[in-house]
Amino acid sequence: MFKILSSARIAPKEYDFCVEAPRIAARARPGQFVVLRPDEFGERIPLTIADFDRDAGKIRLIFQVVGKTTARMASLKTGDSILDISGPLGTPSDIEDLGTVMMVGGGVGIAALYPIIRGLKEAGNRVITILGGRTADLVIMKDECARYSDELIITTDDGSIGTKGLVTDAMKSVVERGDKIDRCWAIGPTVMMKFCALAAGELCLPIWVSMNPLMLDGTGMCGCCRLSVDGEIKFGCVDGPEFDGSKVNWDEFMNRMKQYKEEEKISMDKYASEVGDLSWL
Amino acid sequence: MAVSKIKTPISEQAPEERVRNFKEVCLGYAIDEGRAEAARCLQCKDAPCVPGCPVGIDIPGFILAVREGDMPKAVEVMAKYTNLPAVCGRVCPQETQCEGVCRLGRGKDFEPVAIGKLERLVADWNYAQDKAQRIDIPKEKIGRVAVVGAGPAGLTVAGDLVKLGYDVVMYEALHAPGGVLMYGIPEFRLPKSIVEKEIAGITNLGVAFEPNAVIGRTISMKEIMEEFDACFLGVGAGAPHFQGIPGTALNGVYSASEYLTRINLMHAYEFPKYDTPTKKSKEVVVIGGGNVAMDAARSAKRLGAENVTIAYRRSLAELPARIEEYHHAVEEGINFNWLTNPTEYVNDGTGKLKGVTCIKMELGEPDASGRRRPVPVEGSEFFIGADTVIEAIGQGANKVLLSTFPELKLNKRGYIDADPKTGATSVHGVYAGGDIVTGAATVILAMGAGKDSAVAIDEYVRSKKK
Repeated sequence: MFKILSSARIAPKEYDFCVEAPRIAARARPGQFVVLRPDEFGERIPLTIADFDRDAGKIRLIFQVVGKTTARMASLKTGDSILDISGPLGTPSDIEDLGTVMMVGGGVGIAALYPIIRGLKEAGNRVITILGGRTADLVIMKDECARYSDELIITTDDGSIGTKGLVTDAMKSVVERGDKIDRCWAIGPTVMMKFCALAAGELCLPIWVSMNPLMLDGTGMCGCCRLSVDGEIKFGCVDGPEFDGSKVNWDEFMNRMKQYKEEEKISMDKYASEVGDLSWL
Repeated sequence: MAVSKIKTPISEQAPEERVRNFKEVCLGYAIDEGRAEAARCLQCKDAPCVPGCPVGIDIPGFILAVREGDMPKAVEVMAKYTNLPAVCGRVCPQETQCEGVCRLGRGKDFEPVAIGKLERLVADWNYAQDKAQRIDIPKEKIGRVAVVGAGPAGLTVAGDLVKLGYDVVMYEALHAPGGVLMYGIPEFRLPKSIVEKEIAGITNLGVAFEPNAVIGRTISMKEIMEEFDACFLGVGAGAPHFQGIPGTALNGVYSASEYLTRINLMHAYEFPKYDTPTKKSKEVVVIGGGNVAMDAARSAKRLGAENVTIAYRRSLAELPARIEEYHHAVEEGINFNWLTNPTEYVNDGTGKLKGVTCIKMELGEPDASGRRRPVPVEGSEFFIGADTVIEAIGQGANKVLLSTFPELKLNKRGYIDADPKTGATSVHGVYAGGDIVTGAATVILAMGAGKDSAVAIDEYVRSKKK
């Protein structure tokens, strides 16, 4: 059992948990994730480790409600427990002094990007961070990201905060103004990462993306999370989650993410009928 | 009284009934039936069945006790050799082991003694009693041993070492112990309640169990080696192979590992009571001919598929599955396409599978495995409509632990290089056994390896402490 030390709703349908998990906190590195199962009847889902405190033995999990399991997670309060958490899983990010890095985050993907930003800053990089969202409320972790960034650019679809526009516009303007970028990372919704990878291609920049496929065990045992990278089958859970964004077969990946849409709806409808009102999410 | 030529019949769920549920197919012997079957045993001196068993159970010994109706004695005899009798009685390939060498079975028209079915009778009888057998565990501890992986090999090592007087911690990556017994072998062949009882029998001896511990990630091998006197690696083979033919990424294409893990470990057959789903398939093609292929096909049938076809690239004579499982599959209406290999999974235009293009094969010269190599027959392509395809073509070594432990010597195939008699690896105090050494094999071979390693670990720790 893993005790929830604090829980907060940080944006519509987005939650921020601090969980007691000393073993995971001791070994977590930027870019890694956990697989958790909330209760005996639950499914196993992957969530990025948004932060870790080795001394206090805590990890931070930030997630968006996308279905039954995350809705059920959102209903958990401080003092409640998560039955199983396995981790840290996946290959950690390649943290080294590369020069200047451009870090692009969107939606709940910002939570996955943050420890990488921090790691790269501490490794000596000049960090330019671009965070984007539909509207101001959905751009999370601005202050944390700013703390470890030499420059923070925010874009929103509606212009409610930062520049009105897309993260890819900001990527282009950074390059156009003459900054030499040594590597990019983009983490966010799949569509955003796909277009960031395309933009990076046009700008001739190397780009890493963090994939979030469906998973079961998270240890390379089942192949549920497979994707095509440079024409080869790769397992998101062990070969990833980070891949060279220019080599990911995006359309195939997005198709695989739709696999269980009908079942996800059945599960969510059943949950809604059991717990009633979910408008608070 | 003349000895019956055939095994005492055992009751099974009728095929038309069992394809609609996940309950166990074989219902087991009643005590009287078991005693009748036990009476067929010739009680050979120098019985060939004993060395035929990878864990060397005193088979005539426990069968004699059954014949005499002394079930506690039968339990006692068996417990000396195995920690998982209810599992082995169900899933061991007895026909190529103990029963394969049974002297009674050598007689013209005689079937061997139903050793496996008697083993499960004894184990099941034991679990049905209020109090399980008591085993005295030495209070003085000899040392501390880590067991990595709670599958058949790890459970055997843990059980044997705790009985010898070790503190044992058993680590498991998943949320439940059992390994392939929990995620791989279906309920209808090996009920999970039986596995849980059998494992509880081991953990109740004092083995500490740590779930959600991925060694190499959650805990490093360095930490394990610092904290323990010795360590056993039984992490299983793990990573599924894919044919890698066009269409492998389509929705509806599964590895058998994923398909069966969803159903068995995650209870997808009870969706939406359990949250993990699987697809309601109509037309299913399973690629492969091992027990895993049979399990996947029979599971698909139980989930309501109308047509389930197994495509195997060799013929019935080479089928690696247990013959009993093949017969069960046939009874349940599974179709077999022999000498057939897939060449492409075909897209329905929306990213879902609509069928499998296959090619006929013929058998050529024997290959490295000694079996005749299947070769495609040019121009023989044909199409099978399917919304689901399940590849059951084996696994390779899982690299999660191995990649973080470069000191450990691997063999050419990427598995751990371990002494076949002791499981000793290239690193002092680190032993290994089961699929991570041999590649995908059987539950009982993994248990046999675990048994040998437990003896070797005991010797190693004692000599180190001297």
